[in-house]
Amino acid sequence: MNPERRRVLAAGIAALAGTAAVFAQPQEKVIRITARKFEFVPGKIELKKGEPVVLEFTTADVLMGFNAPDFKVRTDIAPGQVARVRLTPDRTGEFEYFCDNFCGEGHETMSGTIHVTA
Amino acid sequence: MNESIDRREFLKLAGLGGAVFASGLAGCASMAGAKQDDFYFVQLSDTHWGFKGPALNPDADGTLQKAVAAVNALSFEPDFIVFTGDLTHTTDDPKERRRRLAEFRDIVGALKNKNVRFMPGEHDASLDNGEAWKELFGPSYYTFDHKGVHFIAVDNVSDASARLGETQLVWLKADLDKQDKNARIVVFAHRPLFDLMPQWDWATRDGAQAMELLMPYRNVTVFYGHIHQENHHMTGHIAHHSAKSLIFPLIAPGSQPKRAPVAWDPAQPYKGLGFRGVDAEVQKAEYEITEYPVIKV
Repeated sequence: MNPERRRVLAAGIAALAGTAAVFAQPQEKVIRITARKFEFVPGKIELKKGEPVVLEFTTADVLMGFNAPDFKVRTDIAPGQVARVRLTPDRTGEFEYFCDNFCGEGHETMSGTIHVTA
Repeated sequence: MNESIDRREFLKLAGLGGAVFASGLAGCASMAGAKQDDFYFVQLSDTHWGFKGPALNPDADGTLQKAVAAVNALSFEPDFIVFTGDLTHTTDDPKERRRRLAEFRDIVGALKNKNVRFMPGEHDASLDNGEAWKELFGPSYYTFDHKGVHFIAVDNVSDASARLGETQLVWLKADLDKQDKNARIVVFAHRPLFDLMPQWDWATRDGAQAMELLMPYRNVTVFYGHIHQENHHMTGHIAHHSAKSLIFPLIAPGSQPKRAPVAWDPAQPYKGLGFRGVDAEVQKAEYEITEYPVIKV
């Protein structure tokens, strides 16, 4: 095989492999959430049981936190950074989440709900 | 010793006798070489000076003064008094924070007993890593010894993420390394050191590491605040006792989906608020806890 045909063939195989890899990975839904004094927006996160999701958090205020103890996930949310957690709900229902870094006068009311449907 | 017996007899006769709590393994060993006088201390917690909310406490500007008067009126002088955090209600304004802390200090300056220990809560310290609190009250974690008991006051609030942190855990280990395994140890904390209700922020994120350090010691008791109500819990042989608040009670852990305060009841003002006296029987590592209301009813 001449070098040019080998290069074209190799590129084709690589492209096919890449396509296969894309199809093999389930598409993760991304939900963007803003944490600000003293609420999460959106406050209610709608998820489906068994469907993996990435929650992306940002804040323009102070250091905050996301903690959903029912799913054992938490992250710090630092100003200027994007914080991510992966979550695949394993049950349906309404679950509380809250800010777990003391962030100011309204910190104790800073919480939201994860609503998981079948 | 006689004074201690007199005090307990008096409390029983007055109908105020408290519940006796032993730390688990006290009966297994004696205290070699330690002074064993029994004594009495008072714990106050979660005074939240600066809080405004008439539906929860229409006397928010006067409850702390009433508690000071009630402590001063106790029939027996405590050996010392400890405030286990949330001296003030949080504010985002650093100047206002310092003003509230200074006002609190002035009000409790009316306590007759001047042997007073202070600790921060997250409302006092989490927004500035304890800076203002330490300016007015000194180190936020420390130890002291009193009549054969080793007291350790820990700070699980200055870090906004509710951690003691690595530096303090190293300090705690170094302090405990110096103690006999039979030593009588009392830990003061603001937040619970165990996972009471993590979803209500009633936990310390690295509290399990502190408990692991304490676990080899046979006679450890923890007194804490934060949850605005009395609660008693055992982690193995280690007892944890939370204190009432002096501003508003919170609902019982897990009694509703969301943490919530208990509204003021005009028919029973100051209900659920109070402070406690602790009668320490050192040899047995027993602590008799007597709960006192803010005002006599």
